[in-house]
Amino acid sequence: MSKITNSIQDALSCVESGNTVLVGGFGLVGAPLSLIEGLTEKDVKDLTIVSNNLGESGKGLGILLNQNKIKKGIGSYFTSNRDVGDKYQKGEIELELLPQGTLAESLRAGGAGLGGYYTTTGAGTDLGKGKEEREIDGVTYIFEKAIRADVALIRAHKADTLGNLVYYKTARNFNPLMATAAKKVIVEVDEIVQPGELNPEEIVTPFLYVDVIIEAQQVLTKEGVVNR
Amino acid sequence: MTKTSKTDMQHVIAKRVAQELEGPCVVNLGIGIPTLVAEYLDAEDIYLHTENGLLGVTDVEAEEIDPNLVNAGKLPVGEAIGASYFNSSDSFAMIRGGHVDVAILGALQVDQTGVIANWAVPGKNIMGVGGAMDLLVGAKKVFVTMSHTSKDGSSKLLKECTYPITSTRSVDMIFTELAVFEVVDKQLKLVELMPGVTIEEVREKTEANFAE
Repeated sequence: MSKITNSIQDALSCVESGNTVLVGGFGLVGAPLSLIEGLTEKDVKDLTIVSNNLGESGKGLGILLNQNKIKKGIGSYFTSNRDVGDKYQKGEIELELLPQGTLAESLRAGGAGLGGYYTTTGAGTDLGKGKEEREIDGVTYIFEKAIRADVALIRAHKADTLGNLVYYKTARNFNPLMATAAKKVIVEVDEIVQPGELNPEEIVTPFLYVDVIIEAQQVLTKEGVVNR
Repeated sequence: MTKTSKTDMQHVIAKRVAQELEGPCVVNLGIGIPTLVAEYLDAEDIYLHTENGLLGVTDVEAEEIDPNLVNAGKLPVGEAIGASYFNSSDSFAMIRGGHVDVAILGALQVDQTGVIANWAVPGKNIMGVGGAMDLLVGAKKVFVTMSHTSKDGSSKLLKECTYPITSTRSVDMIFTELAVFEVVDKQLKLVELMPGVTIEEVREKTEANFAE
């Protein structure tokens, strides 16, 4: 069965209220902008969104936030969107703040079938409070749980029709990790090519991780987000 | 106190830190003053790492800006010859795993053992940490750049941090517009006065104990 679709809503058909959804990107760079916009048009609520940021004010995931569709945010830098603080203050959203490297590694662990791992990052700080501590070779580590999700929405540069993915510059960031850590992985790309056109040495995400492929309808340009 | 503007002061600090870097080395630059350090690096064998996934950061001409090529401060950058891209987990494995030689970070406070606070302010919502904690635990050396005092004139070098700390690890050097300190055996040691600054001024504006 083909993984390719032309309809954003078809691509998002598996997303349900209450789902945990991984969303790629570092700010808007590498964020699946078309799929995020599709989510803003879909009737879902109580989502747990795992993403480095919750977009910017009124942009990307920021729109979903303002629609009150996000019950909980898990990320490392919500500061980039001032609306997050306002919502949190009003008790309209739960937040879980993780160091950026911990967010990344928890996704990697989740995708690799691990339950979690020990890290020095955050040990002895407010973000380490309540987490199990363990001394290994005289160094204090804290336990961090792996992250797994129902759905991942990611952005790559090119896909072949099998679902092999290559990425573009710093738009890679969390995307390859998120591709491994969800039951359903939906990717938007600049271009879809035939199998064999991507150099096997260059493929970052092998096809077995990818479920749905769609061409991006929105892209990030120097002038901001534009429709293709 | 120096009468230079905030920006001038930041450049003075950035320029001084740049002198401390010797290639070959891999350096991660934080947001703010650390970003300016890049302007004062001329050695070809100092490679810049940015935690969003690039080793080999350079500056970029306005006409060559690529919206998908940014640093950790989300500012446009260029790609050096020999550069490589990697995902966020690999990037932080480089950091935590001790493969980055120097991290240059800003700080809100430094205590007299060299422990810093640079990610949260009490009483405000805690909204962002980014890569600060990872860099603190993992970089081989950590240099801090900051203004010596807060806007209200109070010292940012304190006996004890009143803001949440970033790591229990002490940083290695602290650069302000007034002085350079090294942290040796969990104690601050004044190693240099910046041009035109007197030891009296540093004493007056530093709450932390330090060796002279």
